[in-house]
Amino acid sequence: MQTFAAQFANAHDLMVVMPMVMLTLFACGVLIIDLLLPAGDKRWNAATAALGLLFAGGSLWRVQATLAHQGMLGVSAFNGSVVMDPMAIFFCWLFLIATGITILISVRYMEIEQEDHGEYYALMLFSVVGMMCMASGKDIVLLFIGLELMAISTYVLVGFLRRDKRSNEAALKYLLLGAFSSGIFAYGLSLMYGLSGTTDVTLIGRRLAGLPESSHPILMLAVVTTLAGLFFKIAAVPFHQWAPDAYEGAPTAITGFMSVAGKAAAWALLLRIFAFALRYEQTIWMPMVIAVAVMTLTGGNLAAMTQNNLKRLLAYSSIAHVGYMLLGLVAWNETGIKGILVYLLVYTFMNLGAFAVIVSLRRRDLIGDEIDDIAGLWFKRPVEALLMVIFLLSLGGIPPLAGFYGKYFIFLSLIETGHYVLASLAVFYIAVSLYYYLRIINAMLMRPALDAEPIQPAFGLRLALWVTALATVGIGLFPEIFIRAAAWTMTAPRAVTQAFLR
Amino acid sequence: MPQNYIPIFLFMLVALAIPVVTLVIAKAVRPDNPHATKLMPYECGIDPVDTARARYTVRFYIVAILFVVFDVETIFLFPWAVQFKMLGWFGFVEMMVFLAILVVGYVWIWKKGALEWV
Repeated sequence: MQTFAAQFANAHDLMVVMPMVMLTLFACGVLIIDLLLPAGDKRWNAATAALGLLFAGGSLWRVQATLAHQGMLGVSAFNGSVVMDPMAIFFCWLFLIATGITILISVRYMEIEQEDHGEYYALMLFSVVGMMCMASGKDIVLLFIGLELMAISTYVLVGFLRRDKRSNEAALKYLLLGAFSSGIFAYGLSLMYGLSGTTDVTLIGRRLAGLPESSHPILMLAVVTTLAGLFFKIAAVPFHQWAPDAYEGAPTAITGFMSVAGKAAAWALLLRIFAFALRYEQTIWMPMVIAVAVMTLTGGNLAAMTQNNLKRLLAYSSIAHVGYMLLGLVAWNETGIKGILVYLLVYTFMNLGAFAVIVSLRRRDLIGDEIDDIAGLWFKRPVEALLMVIFLLSLGGIPPLAGFYGKYFIFLSLIETGHYVLASLAVFYIAVSLYYYLRIINAMLMRPALDAEPIQPAFGLRLALWVTALATVGIGLFPEIFIRAAAWTMTAPRAVTQAFLR
Repeated sequence: MPQNYIPIFLFMLVALAIPVVTLVIAKAVRPDNPHATKLMPYECGIDPVDTARARYTVRFYIVAILFVVFDVETIFLFPWAVQFKMLGWFGFVEMMVFLAILVVGYVWIWKKGALEWV
């Protein structure tokens, strides 16, 4: 009996997936607690969800300590379908941080929107479980289930403002396009399974490399469809059309959450597929990645220049940032992968910070997501205006701030691998991106305020603003100290690249 | 290597040809006698009283979704019940965990009023 049971699960397996288990438990707990709370006093939901994040972080810390203690590159569980390697742990921390900041931003905001239900936080935790499966899955079935768990939770969150037409429209568009792209992605995975006869990404990679030449057309089809699905999830041009609409209509806090955590999860999935399953198919995917990276940089930056809605502008700017990260993929060396991971880390802080400022504009009678709404912020709330300037300059990649280090590693990797044309193109687009970031700054500092009504951000929102601002400035000023203090940040990329690229 | 795909293209051609040929043959063979009554929707032989494009209450969809969820739950229960002895306590605990998660959902939809029909 014991041995039979041990084939399926044991204490070790449970320890590896404990972060996911914790989040699921607390998400269910939020659903139940929400029923017991009186209407109008729903803050305990947020507190429970935050507690769940703490517990998940504790479990994750235990997994990490086990790794460090035994000096291993990763622990796997459930017959190798889940693996907690440094990259997975890095991404899991990223998801937890992003979710924590989003919860801080959300509490007051959802009260103003009069949609402060417990399901909001439960869905957020469920989607983090999905993201963690995407980051730690080593089996295409688990990866796909994680992707769907994240996506379906996010569809609902995007449409959470039930009385808002834009929110409903965004959710429907996101659902239809998301389901379509998931279908294409699953088709690619099924072809890879058909070609290799296994669902383990490492084995797929090895068996694809050993295929006879007669299978190459099908292999090509498998790679193209898989990439199309992945590019859709990270919102790369030409698969980006859903992003601006979904970002604009979603509750602002969820827009930040999607653009940071959701994107990081999609990148975790993409890196896992590229580094394992498509490891030896570089000749097929490299031209496509280069083309998509150039298109993404161009499309994202040029479209962002003409936007008047802040959320839409940041949506296009996030598409442009994906372009930079794709360049790290083009370089495909240790610096490039490290660049992507560092980029995702600093992007989490600066982008969530920018969205936190936009959330602070929201009042009962004002949606506050147009550029006109932010005009004259300097005269009303100099602190928020100053922090927004920091976030925007960091997004633009101005040196003393964190955003610079994201771009620095990407450019370094491009130069190391001799992609000089791509590097100079990317530098050119930084200048373009500064135009639309400075447009917001100009509106905040130079133009008079439309109304004099004061803005009173809630405590959670202020905390989120200060945390993100501190991280943005801190990583920028003291990258070495910060990186050493958070040792996992750098060991993760180094270990992962060693495992990836050997 | 591309010549290996010739059977697939032949297969696609044949698959395309079958419906076209069938339709053409049917058109040539069948008696052509159109009549308005033939275009009416069939409702147990009685003349239809209303438009067929009626609107259903959205509650049907909720009930349908709930049915699917708890139906699938039962599908998972059957193999467990068949192998109950072999799976032993481990299987029992695992199934209770599974059921506990579903009970959370059940309590939730109940309290949210998704089971009320008014």
